Amino acid sequence: MTTGCTDICEKIHASALRLARDMGGVQIMEVCGTHTMAIARGGLRTILQPADIRLVSGPGCPVCVTDQSYIDRAVGLARNRPDIIVATYGDMVRVPGRQGSLSEARAVGARVEVVYSIQQALDLARQHADHEVVFLGVGFETTAPGTALAVRDARQEGLRNFSVLTAHKWVLPAMNALLAGGDVKIDAFLCPGHVSVILGYGAYDQIVRDYGRPCVVAGFDPQQVLLGVLEILDELSAGEPRAMTVYPSVSREGNARAREVLDEVFEIVDAPWRALGVIPASGMALRDEWAEFDAERRFDLPAEESYEMPGCRCGDVICGRLHPSECPLFARRCTVRDPVGPCMVSSEGACAAAFKYEMPARKR
Amino acid sequence: MCLAIPAQIETMNEHDRATVVLDGSRTNVVLTLVPEAKIGDWVLVHAGYAITVLDEADALATYDLLRQMDAAATSEAG
Repeated sequence: MTTGCTDICEKIHASALRLARDMGGVQIMEVCGTHTMAIARGGLRTILQPADIRLVSGPGCPVCVTDQSYIDRAVGLARNRPDIIVATYGDMVRVPGRQGSLSEARAVGARVEVVYSIQQALDLARQHADHEVVFLGVGFETTAPGTALAVRDARQEGLRNFSVLTAHKWVLPAMNALLAGGDVKIDAFLCPGHVSVILGYGAYDQIVRDYGRPCVVAGFDPQQVLLGVLEILDELSAGEPRAMTVYPSVSREGNARAREVLDEVFEIVDAPWRALGVIPASGMALRDEWAEFDAERRFDLPAEESYEMPGCRCGDVICGRLHPSECPLFARRCTVRDPVGPCMVSSEGACAAAFKYEMPARKR
Repeated sequence: MCLAIPAQIETMNEHDRATVVLDGSRTNVVLTLVPEAKIGDWVLVHAGYAITVLDEADALATYDLLRQMDAAATSEAG
């Protein structure tokens, strides 16, 4: 821990002691897989717990919030259509569905390619004219503009064998759904850094106005998280919640160009989230003008049902109701090597973070 | 999944493409989302797309942090 962090921690403790008396402790939800990792890696829960500050993970890991029905569709495509190459970001391949994971599909001959950019999925389509390339569009506002631009590239280039199975989501509707549900104590949100590069921290004004909760954007390392916590405590102490950022890369306005691109290609639709159900106006679907690039319409995919893996409590974990260690499967049936649910599969899932960094090494 | 890293634009190519450098390694990124970017600017890169132009001091501070995190990860692995 650097000197900077020690100073911030001292200030946090002084501020929190007053708040602990007035509010009975403070519960802060982060909505960002990168924060989940920074908190676990930095041991921040242990540092903040004596000050009665609890940090809980919310629906901020894109793979974790993706509904099982989507996983089953993706695995179904990979398994049943030898003419299809499924291109995906790495974290998706090990999430188990009813017919196993994409990685297991690959083991029995399906074509599943891991890419780090959708640009590589376009390359695959260029190289394999005799195959259909389907990109799994999973992710929040940070990732979705790339998908929108790739779809535009495909049209411009006349690439006819490329499509997207989209599960892109807006993060704010999920934050609102949790507050409206009211069963999880959320005194403030620590807001995601790179989602906010696109949205701008002004987007959180709505939550401040409607629910009176501070919304503070922080970057991706433990010191940034601590700075964000300190700002939240200051706002709570002053009784003046506001939307702001301690991460210098984020402006109030965000990236308007990126939001225009999103609006050009995607329409806002109701979308299913793991555990949260269908949240109104929380998803991005390709507009009718772009239907030829929509894998769902192109391959006339059947509707799949939402469900949870038996015994898996990922749903409660991503809603902040349960710490991973409270799940009966955690570190027993469900480990990083042999995960049951997406929160253990994803490198930035709350369960994977707790497993790697918050457990004694001998138990791993 | 939403991690983004700072890199500096070395050359601007056709169709909104640029070559960026980070720690000596070069990669191609798409600049469509940052029309104001120019050679020498630092940009934040996510999954092959520059998503914002950074102030140089902020970019270098972030870059230092990434190195520290990387070093910490390496020592944990070792």
